[in-house]
Amino acid sequence: MHIFAPPSMSLRFVPVWRRNLLVWRKLAIPSILGNLADPLIYVLGLGYGLGSMLPEVGGVPYIAFLAAGMVCSSTMNSATFEAMYSAFSRMHVQRTWDAIMNAPVDLDDVVLAELAWAASKSVLSGVAILAVVWLLGLSGSVLSLWVIALLPLIGLTFGALALAVTAMARSYDFFMYYFTLLITPMNLLCGVFFPVEQLPAAFQAIAVFLPLTHAVAIARPLLLGRIPPDAVLHALVLLAYAAAGFYAATVLFRRRLLK
Amino acid sequence: MAVLAAHNLRKSYAGEEVVAGVSFGIAPGECFGLLGPNGAGKTTTLRLCLGLTDPDGGSIELMQRPVPGEARPARARVGVVPQMDNLDPDFTVGENLLVYGRYFGLAERAIRERIPELLEFAGLTARAESRIQTLSGGMKRRLTLARALINDPDLIFMDEPTTGLDPQARHLIWERLKQLLAGGKTIVLTTHFMEEAERLCARLAIMDRGRFITEGSPRELILRHIEPHVIEVHGDGVTEWADREAGGLATRLEKSGDTVFCYAADPASLLASLSGQRELRYLHRPANLEDVFLKLTGRELRD
Repeated sequence: MHIFAPPSMSLRFVPVWRRNLLVWRKLAIPSILGNLADPLIYVLGLGYGLGSMLPEVGGVPYIAFLAAGMVCSSTMNSATFEAMYSAFSRMHVQRTWDAIMNAPVDLDDVVLAELAWAASKSVLSGVAILAVVWLLGLSGSVLSLWVIALLPLIGLTFGALALAVTAMARSYDFFMYYFTLLITPMNLLCGVFFPVEQLPAAFQAIAVFLPLTHAVAIARPLLLGRIPPDAVLHALVLLAYAAAGFYAATVLFRRRLLK
Repeated sequence: MAVLAAHNLRKSYAGEEVVAGVSFGIAPGECFGLLGPNGAGKTTTLRLCLGLTDPDGGSIELMQRPVPGEARPARARVGVVPQMDNLDPDFTVGENLLVYGRYFGLAERAIRERIPELLEFAGLTARAESRIQTLSGGMKRRLTLARALINDPDLIFMDEPTTGLDPQARHLIWERLKQLLAGGKTIVLTTHFMEEAERLCARLAIMDRGRFITEGSPRELILRHIEPHVIEVHGDGVTEWADREAGGLATRLEKSGDTVFCYAADPASLLASLSGQRELRYLHRPANLEDVFLKLTGRELRD
């Protein structure tokens, strides 16, 4: 097989995806609570703390503004963690991938399964936070239900990008670079905590190219009860990142594991 | 009809030929042993046969399918016991078998029906609900073997199946492998335990530096390459004795550390000479596969 061939897509990924689901089910409750705690602390701490000092942001209370950012950011974080630390454990530490590839399952199937799983798990986190947002009364619009449809796309985008990083990692330490150089800047530049328009023009120009900006640009209007302008365009940007990340990950994993 | 046939296989890493023109065929029901020092190219040969890496040259047919082109469907009829344990640490013994069966696309019910039988075979019936971390090394190996049988394969690849096991665990694995052979399975085994190869393999090849340097049954290899009698001598003055007397009496001498290995067709004159040497201790034994292996691959360490 040529290393640059397009990823082969087949349903053979399903048993591998189910393997990860079975592991997750054993730890589901602590896992969901763990994924929920961090964003919840931000929403409540910053939302009420900082929010009490701020007038409205973008025409809504700060906590409602922040909630949309946190739904996107924590979905991104969840997919990223799963596709980096957990996938790396399965590939490199536990050698689970080796065992799977001795069965009639190819590396491409395993990579697709990891992507689908990272996206699935991040959707669960995203929905959990969304549920809290609804319970706190931070979003009452029927339009906010559409965010559920957005979450898989966010998961696929950041899962795919993280898998490409995993394919290059020699140890867990490597992932710190990705967090420091990309995830943290995205959290600050992409409109999670404050509107992108507050940034100097140079940073705004960078933010346009970052995928999280486009996720927030769809999610925030929906949660605030408006139809997002240019939603299709933003979704296409996310899709392009997902496709590019998935292709890069597939090629890099082949180069690493099929040599 | 061969279950596995390789012709002139080649594979290089960073300009070094790890597999340098290897050809072999394996008949159904056979146990074929691949022996060689570390780094000889055994594991790479197995990976090539399974289609996990593409050869630089040569051809492979696994279960009558060309590899790597049709490696995936070919692997559906094959079981693999890898060198390194890669059981799923998040699962119980039973779950490991269930989840692995799904990778073969087997029906859920068919897998669940097969599990008790495999647990019985592996002697793990009482441990079905145990976590992997609680198993001994021998139990893990047996579970890995059971896992490799989940699809009822025709051919089983085993990469150093008893490395790191104690003698009891090793004997139990050997017994199970014989049981599989008696049941008509074909086994391809890599090992550097000569005893293992002599016990199990009807035919074997010794591999070194990417090449097969000899091939045949254990008995044939011993007859072909080595004198039938070996006398291992050690003690004070062994070097002097070897230079003075043994050189003329043995067909061949080898020194390793403070031991001299004397190889001879007729040991009588050597034994007579030794009976007059009080300081020397010796062991007289028939030549074995290890002698062949060391003669052909040398005594220096390979790391």
